[in-house]
Amino acid sequence: MSKCSHSHTQGQTHELIIKNLEVAYRKNTVLEGINLHAHCGTSLALVGPNGAGKSTLLKAIAGLVKQSQGDITWSGENNVRTRGGEFAYLPQHEEVNWDFPITVRGVVEMGRYSQLGPWRRFSKKDDLAVERALALMEMDGELANRQISELSGGQKQRAFIARAVAQEAHVLLLDEPFTGLDRDHTANLTRLLRKLAQENSLVIASHHDIHTLADIFDDVMLLNKRVIACGECQSTLSEENLRLTFSNMANV
Amino acid sequence: MSELLEILDMPFFRRALVAAALIGFTNGFVSGFVLLRRSSLTLSALCHTMLPGIVVVVLITGALTQAGAFMGALLAALIVGLGSVAITRNTRLPQSTALAIFFTTAFALGVLLLQYVHTSQNLEDWLFGSILSVSDDDLKVFFAIACFTLLSATLFMRPLLLTLFEPNVAAVQGVGVRWMNYLLYALMIFALMASFQAVGPILSIGLLVVPGAIVSLFTNHTRWLFWGGGVVGCVSAILAVIISIPLNIPTGPAIVLVLGSLFILAYFCSPNYSPFKKSQIN
Repeated sequence: MSKCSHSHTQGQTHELIIKNLEVAYRKNTVLEGINLHAHCGTSLALVGPNGAGKSTLLKAIAGLVKQSQGDITWSGENNVRTRGGEFAYLPQHEEVNWDFPITVRGVVEMGRYSQLGPWRRFSKKDDLAVERALALMEMDGELANRQISELSGGQKQRAFIARAVAQEAHVLLLDEPFTGLDRDHTANLTRLLRKLAQENSLVIASHHDIHTLADIFDDVMLLNKRVIACGECQSTLSEENLRLTFSNMANV
Repeated sequence: MSELLEILDMPFFRRALVAAALIGFTNGFVSGFVLLRRSSLTLSALCHTMLPGIVVVVLITGALTQAGAFMGALLAALIVGLGSVAITRNTRLPQSTALAIFFTTAFALGVLLLQYVHTSQNLEDWLFGSILSVSDDDLKVFFAIACFTLLSATLFMRPLLLTLFEPNVAAVQGVGVRWMNYLLYALMIFALMASFQAVGPILSIGLLVVPGAIVSLFTNHTRWLFWGGGVVGCVSAILAVIISIPLNIPTGPAIVLVLGSLFILAYFCSPNYSPFKKSQIN
C-alpha cells in the first residue's frame, strides 16, 4: 500500500526538513526561526492563535511565499519545481473563482494535473483515482455532477479535499481542512487523514480544535510566529505550552 | 437588392467579411478567458486610455499611421496599467479605483487634445474602426493572430484553466502560473490588436467580452465558452458587416450593437437565467 516504498530503500523514509525559516511580508515578520523534522507516514497539526503564521508556514512549504531566510528541503531536494507532483495543497477558499462553470468532478479531475501535465490523456488509472477521491469524501453520485457554485460551504470544502486526495500526493498541506464540515463528515475526514498517514503520506494541517487534536494527528506544532513546542500530541499539549502559545505576550 | 448583390461582389467587401470572421472568432474565443479571469473592467479601462495614446502620437508625428497609432495606444495602456498597479501597492486604494482615476483622466486628456488634431486622414476611422478598408496584408495579420490564439490556447488549455481557477493550487501542482498569466495577457493584447481595425480601440472591449458572456448563459462546460464564444463572435461580426451596408451605418458600432442585442435576446431565452422562467433552484 505504501506509496513511497518504491523509491527508497527499506526502513528509510522521506523527510521534510525546515531549517531556521523566516518569512516577512514587507516589514512584518510573520514567521521566524522555524525548525522542523517531519517524515512521511506521520501527521502533524499546526496550532496557534489567529495570525500565528499557520497558513504562511503551509504556503512556505508549498513554495508559494518568498522566504527571507532559511531552508526547506523535501527528501534532500529544495527546488520547488521538482516538488511538483509530490505536494498537494488545500488553501482557504478566498482565492477560488466560484463563478467558474465547472462540476465537482471537473474540480477533482484537476487534481490529476500533477500526473498528466498539459497534454497526456486521462487513463483508467486517473479515472479510478478521481472516483476513489469522490467516494472518500462522499461527493460521488449526483453531487459529483453539480456545479461548484451550487454547493454548500461544507460540500465545497469536501470537493476541494477530494481534489487534493485525487492528486495522490506524497505530502498533503491542508489549511483548516475541517472548516464547515458537519459531525459525520468530520469523523469521515478524521479517518481519512489517519489512513493517509498510515499509507505513508505526510499530512500537515492547520487546526483549531485542541480537544480533537490527539484523535486526528500524531504530532503537533504549537506556533506563534516561532515554534513554541513541537512533538507528540500528548506530551506537547501541556497547559504551560498552550498558555505560552495563546498568550498575547508572544504577539508583540 | 441588386445594389446589395453588387456590393457583395466587390473585393473590398469580401475582404471585410473575411476580416470580420477572423477578428470575430479570435475575440470571441479569447472572451472566454476574459470572463473567467474577471478582467472585463480592467480591459475596458485600458481600451479607453488608447484614445489619448493615439491622439498624442498624431500630434507629435503629424500623421496617422497604423504602426504609430498602435504604439501610442499600447504605451498609454501601459502607463495607465502600471501607474494603477503602483498606486495600489503604495496606498490602501483598490486597483479598480486607481484604474478608474487613471483612465478617466487619460480619456479626458484625449478628448481635450482631440481639437488640436488636424490630420487629413479620418481620425474617426481610427477611433471607431474601418473594417471596409482592410488590405490583404491586414488579413494576413488577422489570420496569424487567429492561428496563434487557437494553437497556444489549445496546447495550454489545461494549465490555463488551472491557473484561472485557483493560481496557488495550480502552482503547487507544477503549473508555471507566471507564464500562463503572460500567455493570457498576450492572448488578450493580440485579440485587441485585431479588433482595433474592426471596431476601433474604444468599442473593441465589446468584441472581447460579449461573446463569452452570451455563451455562459447557455452552458456549464468551461470549454464551450471558448469555441462557442468564437462562433458567436464570428457570426455576429459577419452579420453586422452585411447589414451595415444597406442600412448605411458604420460597421464598428454595428458589430457591437449586434452583439449587445444578441446578449439581451440570449438573456431572455436562457434556460437557466431567463426572468420569464420560474427559478428551479428554490
